[in-house]
Amino acid sequence: MERFEYASPATLKEATALLGSSWSDAQVLAGGTDLISLMKEYLVSPKRVVNIKSIGELGGISKTGAGVRIGATVTFDELSAHPLMRDYPSLVTAALGVASPQIRNMGTVGGDLCQRPRCWYYRGGYGLLAMKDGKSLVPDGENRYHAIFGGGPAYFVSPSSLGPALVALGAQVKLVSPSGSRTVGVDQFFVIPKSDTERETAIQSDEILTEILIPAARTKNATYEVRHKDALDWPLATASVALKMNGSKVGSARVVLGHVAPTPWPAAAAEKALAGKSIDEATAEEAAAIAVDGAQPLSQNGYKVQLAKVAVKRALLEAAGKA
Amino acid sequence: MSSTKDEIRKKRKSAFSRRGFLKGLGAGTGVLSTGVLAEQETDAAPATPVQGPGAVAITLDINGRPHKVNVEPRTTLCDTLRNHLDLTGAKRVCDRGTCGACTVIIGGKVMYSCTVLAIEAQGKKIQTIEGLAQPGKLHPVSQAFWDNDAQQCGYCTPGFVMAAKGFLDHHPNPTYEEVKKGLGGNLCRCGTYVGVRKAVLQAAKEMQGGRNA
Repeated sequence: MERFEYASPATLKEATALLGSSWSDAQVLAGGTDLISLMKEYLVSPKRVVNIKSIGELGGISKTGAGVRIGATVTFDELSAHPLMRDYPSLVTAALGVASPQIRNMGTVGGDLCQRPRCWYYRGGYGLLAMKDGKSLVPDGENRYHAIFGGGPAYFVSPSSLGPALVALGAQVKLVSPSGSRTVGVDQFFVIPKSDTERETAIQSDEILTEILIPAARTKNATYEVRHKDALDWPLATASVALKMNGSKVGSARVVLGHVAPTPWPAAAAEKALAGKSIDEATAEEAAAIAVDGAQPLSQNGYKVQLAKVAVKRALLEAAGKA
Repeated sequence: MSSTKDEIRKKRKSAFSRRGFLKGLGAGTGVLSTGVLAEQETDAAPATPVQGPGAVAITLDINGRPHKVNVEPRTTLCDTLRNHLDLTGAKRVCDRGTCGACTVIIGGKVMYSCTVLAIEAQGKKIQTIEGLAQPGKLHPVSQAFWDNDAQQCGYCTPGFVMAAKGFLDHHPNPTYEEVKKGLGGNLCRCGTYVGVRKAVLQAAKEMQGGRNA
């Protein structure tokens, strides 16, 4: 790790004033579970690290007129145990699936959205798009954990655990900089970089993600994650669903896949197919098949298509209380 | 070796030599190294003190006692415990927040000390394996590891014991399945998991009735 200067401001205003116009000026430290590893690998070497965990206004989960507000420094552990999360089992499942008790005690919801991809080419120093001599190393390389949607040139998968559930719930994030604040839909927060100089999220180097806002609309929601191991493992494929019910039938549905694309991946055709249906084995199976239609697996990750399909089916049945 | 990897190697090398250079400057280092982003500071005039990148005097509350130490902001809690405070129970193994050998309890919660900066652990109650045993008497968790043959080479054991203690503090009466999940953040390459789980269940019984230290 390179040396850096350190500040632990008590207010958001002081914190944003400490950030810089480039990522090498300053980095935000919350749980540290990603940033500290990135710095140890010399992938990120900021001149300054700004710890935001002492900023009271960035913590806590509360009810607002519009829904529920989750402060950026809330940990996975706090999130999964909070009474206001009872209406959002999709988020609780995703939070409890994260790594290990230690990581869930350290890692924050803001950090979950801002963490960098785990793609081993990126972590090995080849950049976000894994380029060498103008060509991505992924299609002909070690790609068993890479994307099956998106079609390149970015093949990493979004590492966010909460992202798919938040997109399905229609959540927004607030980003604050010294010059003001903006609210961005979580679906717009994640972007697919077209070149190595772009990033995979909308946040700028002088901004802090301060809170997540979940709209109040009642949904039946669930997340299903497929992993190789029981603990300490990243998912291979996940699905989060949120169903607005109209009696016993689906009024409208959100179906969002995770760990299969450079962003949480909405399955619009499956959402459409579910409208007006009641959820049972057959309709869930049908929607799941539609959700993975058009997948473009690479040489080693064809298995992910089936896992994503199963994840959608099981998330739908779980949300409908028929698992 | 790819060009990208070479570049990273080079960066690492230059980081080391620069560090050596700064060290060579001795007492002047602190003065030289302040004022990164100085122009921005004068613009925004933040009220927050910016510390480092040279060594900073910090105080850590470890096992109920204050420990004063001088470390750079980049120094992890694990390295501070081991290299500066001679508390070598927490082990540095993966150094990437995965294996659990460096587990300590901070503010009542188990955490990987390799992935916490020492400077950010100020003001929090830190418990390490060194604070568990009473004179002449092992902590019930340590005793249960002994009784259940829950270690072989022993290198993961301090981390496992702390993870178990932190888990039992929040789950005093766990099931076998809960123990399995609750200790999911620690790896043992000898494969002593069965013994560890038995030990945690035994310790849970022992610690009932006010003996929950």
